Amino acid sequence: MSVAKSASRRASRLTTVGPGAEAVFHLILGLFSLACVVPFIFVIIISFSSEPAIRANGFSFLPAAWSLDAYRFVMRLGDQLWRSYFNSFFITVVGTALSVLICVLYAYPLFRRDYKYRGFFTFFSFFTTLFGGGLVPTYMVSKFMLGLSDNYAALIVPLLVSPFYIIVMRTFYSSTVPEALIESASIDGSGEYRTLFQIILPICLPGIATIALLNALAYWNEWFIAMLYITKPQYIPLQYLLMRMQNQADFLARNSSMIGAEAVNLVANQPTETLRMALVVFIVLPIACAYPFFQRFIISGLTIGSVKG
Amino acid sequence: MTRAPAATRPILAHNLARRKKTLLLTSMALPGALWLLLLRYLPMFGLVFAFQTDRIRPTLWDRVIKNAWTGFKNFEFLFTTSDSWRMVRNTIAYNAVWIVLGLVVSVAFAIILNEIPRKFLGKTYQTLMFFPYFISWVVVSYFVFAFLSPDKGLLTFWQRSLGQTPVDWYNTPGPWPYVLTLAYLWKNVGYSCILYLAAITGIDASQYEAAGIDGATKWQQVRFVTLPHLRNMIIILLIMSVGKIFNSDFGLFYNVPRDSGPLFSATQVVDTFVYRALAKTGNVGMSTAAGLFQNVVNFVVIMLVNTLFRKIDPETALF
Repeated sequence: MSVAKSASRRASRLTTVGPGAEAVFHLILGLFSLACVVPFIFVIIISFSSEPAIRANGFSFLPAAWSLDAYRFVMRLGDQLWRSYFNSFFITVVGTALSVLICVLYAYPLFRRDYKYRGFFTFFSFFTTLFGGGLVPTYMVSKFMLGLSDNYAALIVPLLVSPFYIIVMRTFYSSTVPEALIESASIDGSGEYRTLFQIILPICLPGIATIALLNALAYWNEWFIAMLYITKPQYIPLQYLLMRMQNQADFLARNSSMIGAEAVNLVANQPTETLRMALVVFIVLPIACAYPFFQRFIISGLTIGSVKG
Repeated sequence: MTRAPAATRPILAHNLARRKKTLLLTSMALPGALWLLLLRYLPMFGLVFAFQTDRIRPTLWDRVIKNAWTGFKNFEFLFTTSDSWRMVRNTIAYNAVWIVLGLVVSVAFAIILNEIPRKFLGKTYQTLMFFPYFISWVVVSYFVFAFLSPDKGLLTFWQRSLGQTPVDWYNTPGPWPYVLTLAYLWKNVGYSCILYLAAITGIDASQYEAAGIDGATKWQQVRFVTLPHLRNMIIILLIMSVGKIFNSDFGLFYNVPRDSGPLFSATQVVDTFVYRALAKTGNVGMSTAAGLFQNVVNFVVIMLVNTLFRKIDPETALF
């Protein structure tokens, strides 16, 4: 779009939306935007409130007394928490790397017009979005035939492939890679794998970044497959730990390495509500910190990929 | 063996190269194809559980082969439970309302976001609105709990300070359709709003100019320029969500109401029913039957809707 055009568009807009309407727009969008982050801020405040103040006045944006008890408690008895932190981190890194690799590999032949089985593999992936075995048969097969139960594979494998991301990636290839590039590479004697990894992928980095971020978020936020396949505390990821704490506030304490009177004493004195909210902060903080940097990638990637390919 | 005549040798070499290319490209698709085969196609055979008795066998294979066939018993059982009508109604009603509401709100937000002349504020709104999309339902359930907790929640204390009897949120199904709707919109509007906004910014500015010269008001420009441009995208997203009319966002219905039994009349949907039937009663046959029913309905609906839109306008069909 030329500068002149966009300038005239701006001008035509300014003449048609009055200041009153504009104020209303700001009010609506401002309130909704605020509502999108206020709950998180509220939870941060709760995690720094003192437990007795909460018992007296409930959760409040302005607690009567502040306290670091919840965080102190976590530091003293956090084995399970650190273990879960490691698990989430581990499955996020390994799972993202594997799923991105599989996705770029699968999407590449689907983008090549000269590939003989293009139609077959496209349908093979697309059909699974229309019909499938459903939760229970998938669960039975994964657990009893594929051995996805109480191990890291159980947390990684079920999320490895997404037909949606394959389509996004294929669309990204066809919108960025000129076909002449592949032809000239093959005339120069470059093998298919070398063409993909040394010529195509470097120019598709924005698309790969989008897929990688979406995958990383899916792994970091995963609790459903943990609920299905994990029973041993040592494999529990953060999100599922938080979910277990809903009903069992002492889950963290009971799974710590401390034993005997000291543990009993700790459980009796644990700041239940603030502890839970501190855990929420622990989980959301990495996302909130990285969010301003990665959201642009996701927006640009999704808007390219979601255009009908 | 006689050697091929010189003239055909390049052709042979060409064929060989082509075969090698096909082989290499196929090898790229293999890891993903293997995953799809094992985790998506293999379980389809497990659908036979829906038509068999529930006897447990040492291996899954034994179970498929040896368990007696029961015909449609599991389905009959499914539809005679008191739960079934309620969960079907909940699933379809929530989806129908949310598809319409989500569409209207996100398109409206995208349009007014596009009309904001101050770039910085517009970007800030966009960033803040997109944030909930990246938060898991487990975390959202704690956000909701901070407001609705029966003894410590913010709303509970407000009601008390106003001299009212506070609502016992996690035991009163009445308000939950509204709570769930708010939670749904809160988490998803930012995302679809950004998709629509991208489509709107792609519209050629000269069209607005022309409309402006013809004396179109802002509202008329939206009505006759913006909306027609969004039409195809709206229809494609619509087909996709109608094709999932019998599915629900499990985390929203399971975690946000904290799996609370008294709320089931407002929060039970097919997905939560399938999970609960499996996890709490271990009834594989019936939960598979429920899942199969869900899949078949979705499949039929998406085929019908897609065919319908293809008849009207081939451009708008999903496939």
